[in-house]
This record gives sequence, structure tokens and C-alpha cells, in this order.
Amino acid sequence: MSAPEMHATQAPVVDLEELQHARAQRRDKIAKWSLPILMLGLAIFLWDRIVVWNEIPHYILPGPGLVIQTLIEDWGMLSDALWVTLKITLMALGVAVVGGVGLAVLFTQSRYFEMAFYPFAVILQVTPVVSIAPLIFIYVDSRLAGLLLCAWIVAFFPILSNTTLGLNSTDHNLRDLYKIYGATRWQRLRYLQLPTALPYFLGGLRIAGGLSLIGAVVAEYVAGTGGIGSGLAFRILEAGYRLNIPRMFAALILIAATGVVIFTFASLLSHALLHKWHESAIKREN
Amino acid sequence: MSDHSLIPPMGQRDELLRMTDVDKVFNGNVEALKNLNLTVNQGDFISLLGPSGCGKSTALRLIAGLMRQTSGQIKWNGGLNEGDLGVVFQEPTLMPWATVEQNAWLPHRLRGKSLDDVRGDIMWALKMVGLEKFQKSYPRELSGGMKMRVSIARALVTQPRLILMDEPFAALDEITRHKLNNDLLMLRDKLKCTVIFVTHSVFESVFLSDRIVVMAARPGRVSAEVSVDAPYPRTEEFRTSAQYAELCRKASDALHGAMNQHGERASA
Repeated sequence: MSAPEMHATQAPVVDLEELQHARAQRRDKIAKWSLPILMLGLAIFLWDRIVVWNEIPHYILPGPGLVIQTLIEDWGMLSDALWVTLKITLMALGVAVVGGVGLAVLFTQSRYFEMAFYPFAVILQVTPVVSIAPLIFIYVDSRLAGLLLCAWIVAFFPILSNTTLGLNSTDHNLRDLYKIYGATRWQRLRYLQLPTALPYFLGGLRIAGGLSLIGAVVAEYVAGTGGIGSGLAFRILEAGYRLNIPRMFAALILIAATGVVIFTFASLLSHALLHKWHESAIKREN
Repeated sequence: MSDHSLIPPMGQRDELLRMTDVDKVFNGNVEALKNLNLTVNQGDFISLLGPSGCGKSTALRLIAGLMRQTSGQIKWNGGLNEGDLGVVFQEPTLMPWATVEQNAWLPHRLRGKSLDDVRGDIMWALKMVGLEKFQKSYPRELSGGMKMRVSIARALVTQPRLILMDEPFAALDEITRHKLNNDLLMLRDKLKCTVIFVTHSVFESVFLSDRIVVMAARPGRVSAEVSVDAPYPRTEEFRTSAQYAELCRKASDALHGAMNQHGERASA
């Protein structure tokens, strides 16, 4: 009789296992942010020490301090280049989204269309863009169009294949239900297939974001400089010819940072669109 | 639906749907259904009971118009019009990206009606299944039983003449299943709706229906019909009554008969 009364006055009962579990969770939360930052800082520190201890000359391997200094000193030129590369990348990504989703929708609307054109998509995807790019710049007069085309070829395929898979992944019972209620093709696409494909598309977008940057950089290497100003890749080439290694590193860091930012944006977009309903965004207890 | 009269006794009900000599053959040689004759009257609660492969789901798909019979006739009294059919599958089959309310909106939405125009219908249907407070929830926030209720609300929202249910409670735990069985009968009492209910549970079919159509497999066909002459409303007491036990034995015998027919054929 007295035991439950005693418990009632006490704090909620928490056993040892739960305490350990809670502690482990708190630790995980801290480590999730602190560990990557710590490791990154450690790597930069080691890089600096290796350069200093071995007295490596800056035209072979500059230290991190010098790279940052160069980044600041050359910011005028590098920021222009960053803007050029970023513009090409984002435009290519935009065209990849429109082209990839558009083709995927056409593929799912007509099996024959898919049979006819899927091989072309695969051929474009498996052929290295470096080997097509010189031809593109021979045939396409506009440099901007050429750069865009190269970046698009690399970026559109993950969006196309993911979205196609998504559009074809609708629940078969829901498909029956739509049929029973007399849904039109357009209604089925809009209310059923596109929402089903959304998580797949967003997965493709994350990959395509990185790939469009790669496509833009590769295209710049091939195209060299031209009427529309020079991007980061061209700056790297140019700095390499002049043995300006610190500037090569500075431009490289900007490219990597751009990639990280694009990936982060794609991830945030994914979270914003899916967190209310999709399994991937649900945190399970335990 | 405003009709408060009782469902007339069997034998005095108007005909709703008649299937005559319906055959369905798959791949040229698999006889999913052979010579199916079934008359559905307004207010009937019919269970299709049988082992797997007896064609009960095929029969449902034929009625729903999802496939076409190889031969025979399916005739609706007054023709099949928009919104005449409500369907509930074994899985809740909800759209995970849509709220409860938006899911229940679907049948109307596909007929071009805006959410505001039919909000009354939707709230009515959600109230019928006891989920009016969950209209803004997403399916993942609901339990299995609640998801099934949303699925039923979606089937009710057009006030259909016939509701097809394909083993809707088979994946639920027994307590939830009993609860939903009770609620389904209450709904039927309120709405006077006509239901064809596919199940492989003898107990469920006896508890719910006034007619049990027992089917046999290979080829899928009607093997017997058991009428359940227990009055509605049926409550939890009915589940433990001697009458229920007796009816279950009757249905069970019919089901075993259906399975033995097949066994004899196989051993002959």
C-alpha cells in the first residue's frame, strides 16, 4: 500500500539504462558539430606545421596562412571569377532541373517515348564530358551556351533517373483508387505522381548540384577564357602557369566552398519540403 | 442519407447490382472466376468469404471497373455514376504528403471540386469515423486503426451507393479490429449503405454481414451462400452469444465444404 504513495512523491523513476541513454544522446549531439570542426582545425594545423617544420617553399606547398592572405589580397579578381563560375553552375543546375524533370514526365507519360530516348540519355551520361567539351566549343558559337551545355550534360542525368524512378513508384492501390474515381492523366500526374517523386527528385538534386559545379569547372578548363570573363577554373590554370601556387589553393578553396554551400542549400530545401510527412525526416525514438 | 427508415428485411430490398455468369480468365488458362452469379440489393451487407485464390478480390476488382470480365454481365440498376462507389483496401492507402482532410477530399477533388466547396462533406465523413479532431494531421501521426478510419471516411465522402472493402482490417490487431467492426456496423445502421466485404475470417464475416457468399478456388466460384439471420444492431454481446457460435459453425462448415470440393477434385 505504501510503496505507490512513496513513488508518487518522488521524481519520475529513471533507471540506470535510461540515464546512460540520455547521456549518450547528449554526447552525440555535441560531437555532431564539434568533432568535424575539431578535425578540420587539426588538419589545417598539421598542414601549417608540416610546411613550417620541413621549410617547404611556398611555390611547392603554401601554408594555410599564406593561402588565406592570398585569398584576401586577390579577392577582387577571385570574387569576379567566383561569380562567373557560380552563375554558370546555377544556370546549368536550373536547366538540369527543368530538362531532367521535363524528360522524366515525358518518359512516364509515354512508354514509347522512354524506349526511344532513354538510350540517348545514357550515352550522354556515360561519355566523359571532357571528351565532348572540345567538340561543343567547336560547334557552339556562344561561349556561355557552350559552358551551360557541358554543365547540363553532367548534371541532368541524376535528376532524370531519380525523378523517373519516383514517378513510377506510386502506390498501386492509390493508382487503382485514382482510376476508380475517374482521374485524368493530368490529375494523376499532379496529385499522385509528382508528390510521390518529390523525395526522389530532391535526392537527385543534391547530386546534381555538385555535378553542375564539376561540369562548369571542367567546361572552363576546356574553353579557356573568353568574352564573358574568366571563372575560377581558368584562374587556377593561369595561376599554375605562373607558379602562383597560393592563388591556386585560394581558388580551389572557393570552388570547394561553393560545392558545400550548394549541397547545404539542397539539403535545407529537402528538409523544408519533406519534414512534415516523409519517413526520411522522421526521428524515431530509441 | 437523411432517410431514417430501417433497412428493409432481406427479400424486400431493391436490386442494386447483378452479376450474371461472369467469367474471368487470366493468361488464357487461369480461371480466376467461373460462372459467378451474384445479386446485390440495396442495404445488403455481403461478405465474400473464401481461401486465397478463390477470386474474391477479382470479383471486387470487376465490380470496381478496374478490370473487365472475360464473359458475362455486370449490370447496375440505374447505371454506374460518378461517386457511386467507395473503396477501402487492405492497406489504408493514404497519401502521406496530404493531411487527413486532404486525403478525404480526394474523390471530390478528382471531380474538380475545391476543398472549400466540399468541406461540409469531408467534416461529415470524418465525424462518422470519429476523426473530426484530426483533420489537419498527417497520416504518419496516426495509428494503424486511425489510418483505416481515414480510408473509410474517404470512401464515405461521396455518399456512395456501394462500398467495396477488400480485407480492410486484416492487418490490424484483434482489439482494433473488433472496435472497427463495431463502428462499421454502427455506420451501416446510420447510413443504410450497401457493403461488399471481402474477408478470410469466418468470425468477422458472421459478425458483420447478413449474407455470406462462400467461394471456392481453382476455378474461383461461388460454392455456398449462408444467410446470417441475426438482427441488427449487433453488439459485443452478440459476439459471445450461442447464436453467434452456431452461425460461425455454419459458415465454417460451408467454408470447409468449399475447400474440400477443391480437394476432391484434386485427388480425383
